[in-house]
Amino acid sequence: MSGPLSAGRAALQLIRRDLHLALRRPGEWLQPLGFFVIVTALFPLALDADLSRLRDMAPGVIWVGALLSSLLALELLFREDGQDGSLEQLAVSGLSLAWLLLAKTCVHWLLTGLPLVLVAPMLATALGAPAAALPGVLAALLLGSIALSLIGAIGAALTLGLRRGGTLLALIVLPLAVPVLVFGAQATARAIALEPLAGPLYLLGALAVLAATLAPLAAAGAVRISLE
Amino acid sequence: MMLLSADNLHLWRGEQHVLRGLSLRLDAGECLQVTGANGVGKSSLLRALCGLLPLEEGRISWRGQDMRRDRPAYHRELAYLGHATGLKADLSAAENLRFSAGLRRALSAAQIGAALERVGVGALHARLVRQLSAGQQRRIALARVLLCDCALWILDEPTANLDGRGQGLFAELLQEHLQAGGLALVATHQPLNLQDPRVNVLELA
Repeated sequence: MSGPLSAGRAALQLIRRDLHLALRRPGEWLQPLGFFVIVTALFPLALDADLSRLRDMAPGVIWVGALLSSLLALELLFREDGQDGSLEQLAVSGLSLAWLLLAKTCVHWLLTGLPLVLVAPMLATALGAPAAALPGVLAALLLGSIALSLIGAIGAALTLGLRRGGTLLALIVLPLAVPVLVFGAQATARAIALEPLAGPLYLLGALAVLAATLAPLAAAGAVRISLE
Repeated sequence: MMLLSADNLHLWRGEQHVLRGLSLRLDAGECLQVTGANGVGKSSLLRALCGLLPLEEGRISWRGQDMRRDRPAYHRELAYLGHATGLKADLSAAENLRFSAGLRRALSAAQIGAALERVGVGALHARLVRQLSAGQQRRIALARVLLCDCALWILDEPTANLDGRGQGLFAELLQEHLQAGGLALVATHQPLNLQDPRVNVLELA
């Protein structure tokens, strides 16, 4: 008989499981992406299509769109695992629950955060951002989306036991996401104006690291309470 | 020294004082059947013994040490099966085991196939769990318990939805586990029908 798996390999197994499941149901994680694309495409239709005005609005449009679409995806994060008893099994697996939830959040980001990052340059171009701005837009959204997924994990864990947690989830997550929104939009605005943007990018990076450190612990605590 | 002992457990569920100073002891090769009317707190007791429910008072010891002092070490020796089977509906039977029991220890496809064969659903290994009946899902969940290879089994209604043959099969599996020196706590209304007489019954009231 073989000994217990190392924490790293166990997390890898869990990541593989969630990717397997996601591939069987692509609709679930493609929907938030579609939402993001459509919301950002609606702004030029509602406002007049003056390119310089769109360019000024682009950071706000992209970031609010990304925030709302990541919120939309959050309900998928732990709900099903809570209902079918998988979370219970993870909690008594002898492995750190926070670590396993971090692994789950990584998959969630890969499926719902990374696609936003990848389509963002296209949307930014459509909103009038110059080509030279795109690496900055991409970097800001990359760091920001990581932080948003992690912060969202806390909210998803806290609303796990509720039948209709969607609205409460938004009320919990959105205020926590404000710093990410502020610095993300600022970094994007500077990128589009072709100004140096290292400052807000560093802050976004710090927020992502802070969230990666604390959010899994908070989520694990909340999941344990919901299992009681 | 008893392997598992619980002393003076007190547990409240909302306004209800479910466990009032309950104590139990279990040693290698012993099985404790928990019975009692619906809602009397069988599941709560089992979940508390798993460390999923916090106790108001009392102490649970595993190998002589307070379970709360080293929860991961306790959990590594514990296989729990609750009301929810913990199976993913969109994964096949074999994939489910690979990603659940396989989270705890490295498993080969042959080991997984053998475990499914042992619980009588070997032919269904590639079928999605959502296409299987509740009884077949229970059997897969039992296969997970087997694959975890743990000393302590805590099973909540393991024979729910199982047909007569399934219940006989469960008795066999339990017997083998006990003979190999394992421990089991089983909440069930049906008699366990073990040939071995070492089943104590704890009736909650």
